[in-house]
Amino acid sequence: MVQTLDTLRETPSQTAGPYVHIGLMPGWAGNPGAFETELGQTPAGDGAKGERIEITGAVHDGTGAVMRDALIESWQADAAGVYPGQDGADPAVSGFGRFAADPDTGLFTLKTIKPGAVTLPDGRVQSPHIALWIVARGINIGLMTRVYFDDADRDGDPVLSRIEQRHRVETLVAKPEGEGHWRFDIRLRGDGETVFLDL
Amino acid sequence: MTDTTRALGREMGRDPAPGPGRLIPRDLSAHPVPYDPDYKTSVPRSPSLPLLSLESTPTEETGPTFGHGDLGALDANLVLNWTRGEAQAIGERILVHGRVLDEMGRGVPHTLVEIWQANAGGRYRHKKDGYLAPLDPNFGGCGRALTDEHGHYAFFTIKPGAYPWPNRGNDWRPAHIHFSVFGHSFGQRLITQMYFEGDPLIDRCPIVATIKDRSQIDRLVAPLDLSHARPLDHLAYKFDIVLRGRRQSFFENRPEGM
Repeated sequence: MVQTLDTLRETPSQTAGPYVHIGLMPGWAGNPGAFETELGQTPAGDGAKGERIEITGAVHDGTGAVMRDALIESWQADAAGVYPGQDGADPAVSGFGRFAADPDTGLFTLKTIKPGAVTLPDGRVQSPHIALWIVARGINIGLMTRVYFDDADRDGDPVLSRIEQRHRVETLVAKPEGEGHWRFDIRLRGDGETVFLDL
Repeated sequence: MTDTTRALGREMGRDPAPGPGRLIPRDLSAHPVPYDPDYKTSVPRSPSLPLLSLESTPTEETGPTFGHGDLGALDANLVLNWTRGEAQAIGERILVHGRVLDEMGRGVPHTLVEIWQANAGGRYRHKKDGYLAPLDPNFGGCGRALTDEHGHYAFFTIKPGAYPWPNRGNDWRPAHIHFSVFGHSFGQRLITQMYFEGDPLIDRCPIVATIKDRSQIDRLVAPLDLSHARPLDHLAYKFDIVLRGRRQSFFENRPEGM
């Protein structure tokens, strides 16, 4: 026999189900006021440094249908590429957003600031990006992906550079749609399937 | 190009952040399979291509923080919070408590736990739930709490009822409470469901059965915990949650050569 490892296994995920909004966005579920304040309403509050942007898009299932019950969370650095909680972070940036697809159109909108590039401990630089985490009925474990920006230098990004099928990189790049507006669609399965991450 | 971006990073005054330890890679065998035809909605909603697996970066190693100022006084009391203390929800009164731990067994302090659930009849207070069981006018069904310095949390609620759902001809969800947990980094983010000891619907549920490792299913079943029941008041269930841990950095080598 050998010694026994004393590590634990992670609790298994389960789908967030169709009523996830009750718990995380009660106002959306039709229960405004269930909590005095809902969390994640603005990743970047008044006075946050940086360029204000809006990212609009939809989550599509494997048949191409738009998902009207998806809930998304976002996490990002401030305009200088510093994450909230790290030294020197912009105090007006919480970094965390939570938003849902519109029940009629399936469109979501993330209103935030454009993050800066993030320098890794080994000196490599991650191109500006926003991490997204998608949950919904039918998704058994939350899906992690990233939004990059079409106008940024992305050649050295350590995540994008590891995507073997180069044409799939484009699934992570938001396209400009006028001043401060960006479009980012997520395809869960099939043609143009978004790259999902396990990091 | 790498040299250019690196130089650019330094020029803008961003020193590389110290590495507090990479997240332990997710053991996906501990989790449900994404695609399971018995849970029909997963068929069009699961990726067909593999995930891109890489070491964690600061994007995953950092995460949002919440404080007591974000929460209301009754947020963890679902028996009272919908009516702001005016009236009590109908149902089996229970305390649900436990610890949030990481894979190293350390308590995760001051982290946010959110829950939502149906009422005692299996009906959700959600504009899209049309089940014929009635709403309880005194029950909302959402709660949230922060763990204490040792990772403990507690909710006071009523035991939810089972409910039918359109999947196969006659599928019913076991009684369950949905849990959402943050941990201290975005890469630890987890949503799961807690089930109740002894419920015969657990073994018949296609959502439960998306977890292929039987011992992992058991980890979602909360035992009755009479030690925390209060005589003539409420029963109790204990539910511990384990999040991804962080590796200690003994040696941080140069980046992978790719």
